[in-house]
Amino acid sequence: MNDLSGAYVPGSSPLHRLPAGAKLAGLAVACTVLVLLPSPAALGGAAVVVAGLYAVSRVSPAAAWAQVRPVRYFVVALFGLQWVFVGLEGAAVTSLRVLLAVALAGVVTLTTRTSAMMAALERCLRPVRLVGLDPFRLSLLLSLTVRSVPVIAALAVRVREAQRARGVERSLRAFAVPLVVSSLRHADALGEALSARGLDD
Amino acid sequence: MKDEGKQRRFPTGDLARVAVFAALIAVLGLPGSFNVFGNATPITLQTAGVMLAGAILGSWRGALAVAVLLVLVAAGLPLLAGGRGGLGAFTAPSAGFLLGWLPGAAVTGWLVERAGRSPRLAHLLVASLVGGIAVVYLVGIPVQAMVTGVSLSSAALLTLAFLPGDLTKAVVTAFVAKGVQRSYPDAVPAVHRERLRTGER
Repeated sequence: MNDLSGAYVPGSSPLHRLPAGAKLAGLAVACTVLVLLPSPAALGGAAVVVAGLYAVSRVSPAAAWAQVRPVRYFVVALFGLQWVFVGLEGAAVTSLRVLLAVALAGVVTLTTRTSAMMAALERCLRPVRLVGLDPFRLSLLLSLTVRSVPVIAALAVRVREAQRARGVERSLRAFAVPLVVSSLRHADALGEALSARGLDD
Repeated sequence: MKDEGKQRRFPTGDLARVAVFAALIAVLGLPGSFNVFGNATPITLQTAGVMLAGAILGSWRGALAVAVLLVLVAAGLPLLAGGRGGLGAFTAPSAGFLLGWLPGAAVTGWLVERAGRSPRLAHLLVASLVGGIAVVYLVGIPVQAMVTGVSLSSAALLTLAFLPGDLTKAVVTAFVAKGVQRSYPDAVPAVHRERLRTGER
């Protein structure tokens, strides 16, 4: 896991320049509208709008497909199921709605820098102040997590190798127990290091 | 301790634990981190990670670890099982299952917190089944039905495919949590809370 850059595609389109918070709010409104659109014709119009947004953002078709790809089997299964139960029109409406919602979210992800999105989401998480997590600690928590992913991934690799050496490659317990224990040890050492640097003051 | 505020504040050690567990949930979703039957059926342990977060960190710290992970996913980092990430995960029909992780981890933790200083295997299993499956499905299935517009029963039918895997993961979680808590007593929420209260560091 060495690629933690996210899916952002650099660019200078109007969509790229829009603030992250505005795009998040727009996405929420657009998804609500999608759920309310009743007919295939209306959803067809929405599809044209979404395609237009992708054209404006000027991201490559490959990057756009990568956003929709995860739901491809689900959409096929859903279409089949709905065709059997409610008929062709209902099946088209349902599958199109799912595809468009995912594509819309995709265009926001592709045109927003990870750091800008993180800052916008951090503002949404403000209420955690009530449980004693001030904004500084909240952003520390987020960056600590990003930093911990490669560390824990390396721990997992080491546990896998130890497992191989012990000849218990197929045992889930022999993988997960040492991984969780060593993660906890790492976390508690990290916590002590942070307090030693005066973070409790 | 000079003032009340300091006592109630979020301890730095817990900050590190929450960050590391959020990272652990991400790592358990990496493809190839553990494949049960060779590489043919990629079963990731991500949902087991969510149940473990609750069982080991306790209710709201477990939920906070999930929240941190979801914020990073929404910001575009590819931390979901199979390297998925971005806002698409939250507009897809399966969004409810992701959001269900929050109360899921909290309920798992709440149940384990009530099991005392040395939770029994059966108790851990019940906590994972109720928190990690029942609560998650209770949020996930209605959201799926709402997003796709299908009836609740056909949404439940689509979900049935995941039930055997999730049941297996609940059992794995119980065994792993038991193993971890046996070798690292501070991984029991009740023990950890007591240690914090007595102020021992």
